[in-house]
Amino acid sequence: MKFQKIISALFLTITFSMLTHAQLQLNGAGATFPAVIYSKWFDEYKNATGVQFNYQAIGSGGGIRQISEGTVDFGATDGPMTDQQLADAKSKQGTDVLHIPTVMGAVVVCYNVPGISKGLNLSGEVLADIFLGKIIYWNDSKIKKDNPKLNLPNKAIVVTHRSDGSGTSFIFTDYLTKVSKNWESKVGKGTSVNWPVGLGGKGNDGVAGLVKQTEGSIGYVELAYAVKNKILYANMKNKAGNFVEATFQSVSSAAEGAAKNMPADLRVSITDAAGKDSYPISGFTWLLVYKNMKDESKAKAMVNFLKWSMGKGQSFATDLYYAPLPKAVVKMCEKNINSITANGKKIK
Amino acid sequence: MDNPEIDINKENPKSKKNSLSILWARLFKKLFSSHNLGDFIFERLTLLFAVLVFLLVILMGYEMYVGSKISIDKFGWSFLTNSVWDPVQEIYGALPIIYGTIVSSFLALVISVPLSIGIAIFLSEVSPDWLEKPLSFLVELLAGIPSVVYGLWGIFVLVPWIRNDVEPFLSEHLGFLPFFRGAPYGFGMLAAVLILAIMVLPIISSISRDILKSVPQSQREAALALGATRWQSTKIVLKDAKSGILGATMLGLGRAVGETMAVTMVIGNRAVISPSLFDPSYTMASVIANEFTEATSEMYLSALIQLALVLFVLTIIINAFAKLLVWSMERKLGTR
Repeated sequence: MKFQKIISALFLTITFSMLTHAQLQLNGAGATFPAVIYSKWFDEYKNATGVQFNYQAIGSGGGIRQISEGTVDFGATDGPMTDQQLADAKSKQGTDVLHIPTVMGAVVVCYNVPGISKGLNLSGEVLADIFLGKIIYWNDSKIKKDNPKLNLPNKAIVVTHRSDGSGTSFIFTDYLTKVSKNWESKVGKGTSVNWPVGLGGKGNDGVAGLVKQTEGSIGYVELAYAVKNKILYANMKNKAGNFVEATFQSVSSAAEGAAKNMPADLRVSITDAAGKDSYPISGFTWLLVYKNMKDESKAKAMVNFLKWSMGKGQSFATDLYYAPLPKAVVKMCEKNINSITANGKKIK
Repeated sequence: MDNPEIDINKENPKSKKNSLSILWARLFKKLFSSHNLGDFIFERLTLLFAVLVFLLVILMGYEMYVGSKISIDKFGWSFLTNSVWDPVQEIYGALPIIYGTIVSSFLALVISVPLSIGIAIFLSEVSPDWLEKPLSFLVELLAGIPSVVYGLWGIFVLVPWIRNDVEPFLSEHLGFLPFFRGAPYGFGMLAAVLILAIMVLPIISSISRDILKSVPQSQREAALALGATRWQSTKIVLKDAKSGILGATMLGLGRAVGETMAVTMVIGNRAVISPSLFDPSYTMASVIANEFTEATSEMYLSALIQLALVLFVLTIIINAFAKLLVWSMERKLGTR
């Protein structure tokens, strides 16, 4: 009996405190890749300001669908919305959807070749040929050309890729599309594509598991995942012709290289970016927000949060294995954030 | 006795309304006087539940049809016969995926049905009491293991074993057959078949055991009294339990067809039709689970829903087929 009383008293206090603290709450849904930093941001921001953000990591596709249907206050995606999708969303919601880059990620090429413990160099064309099934042995002359010092074995290459639709696959295939005409015409880019060869693994851990277990295999995972799990990955040849290791700096410099020709709506791919230190397989992840919001207090909270994420928020990035946005990009983001309105009026 | 009432009604200008109320009263009486009220409520309530299930199935089918309308209109029957699944070009043909689903489930049954029936016979006919209880408990425990655990076990234990021992052995000794050719990756159809076989084993064996146990003891006693050996009496019991065991097998097939997580973790996830069991394959449930979250275009989503519709229809066909088999078997037994 006594126990029951205590429980009910506890329950009452909790409900009561929830009622008194009824605060502003914004709901969002979308990409899984940035979910870790978003939940950190939302947590920090709630402690600082009391504004609560709910985020459901249901995938980029879901994020785009939900913001188009107007069931959320913001969405998130790893691949930008197409013109068609933007037009659909506008006709349904009566306002534009803005893309705000938040952080960057990179995709690394991991491999498991007996006798090679570091320093594999790969160029984009060779990588595309491997994933097209044209280069099938590790000691192919094209691979040897970039790796004169390595003793590559006469072993068949086992290609592995993501089986689930993902932003990682989008960035990876976007890169291959840019560097190989063959890849562009035969496969193309997307969150899921029709892979010409190889085994599919579910998630980063699925691909990493395949690569770890299978001798002679090659695959791709997120940089964050590879760093956390100490996975071996290749140096990639960038547009300037240098072989670059994926690091947070080389990813950020890829964005810097791309910032010069960035379109105003910030929907841009930064794979195969210019610049001598740029890592070529990297990409933004975006928050999707309405340009004009109907609820003024929500609009104000959204704008304040976005500004916070561009400033203090960026400092959390590297600890969580994301690359922060370079200054030039932050400036462009802030310009777009300032264009958000509530019922047509500017937000102070 | 009713006459005065009718007379009054005739004089009443509002007779229509009155006679209606009398009709209601009679209807009410008819509904409740002959039956007990509790019986009535019980009857209707259970009817409602039964109809609800029916409606639910119809509604699911309808919703999937509506959701996949765009894809059905564009691809029609070629969705079932085309073997290219390309989200970039927006060409969707599900043949290799349907093939992978049916073949993996069917081969899993080929392995697990004889094993399960053996287990069931041992548990119900042969095993001493002290062994039966813990053994059946273990079998049922297998059914309760989450499929993602099977998948992880598949990745870390089953697949390396297949790659290092099973596939080299098969290709060395049976390599002349097209089923056992190709590079031994470990991941592929063979791994999926074995995982599925293990997963459906407890379902088929525990239901079969219950069915064998439900065969009257007098059958066994009669057989033994006539001088039958234990094997001969078991054969008689099996004959009686045949339709039930078939039903259990179909339940197992249902689980195999719909299994998602464990399969996608070991099957290699490539939509190709290949005779070799070493090659990767794909199943409908895995494709839906893998690609649904990131499906951004209408057509892509619609094609995935159409895949779900195909899976739904396939399950209905399997169940209908099972019912038909059980029914025809029972009829044969009845006329004998």
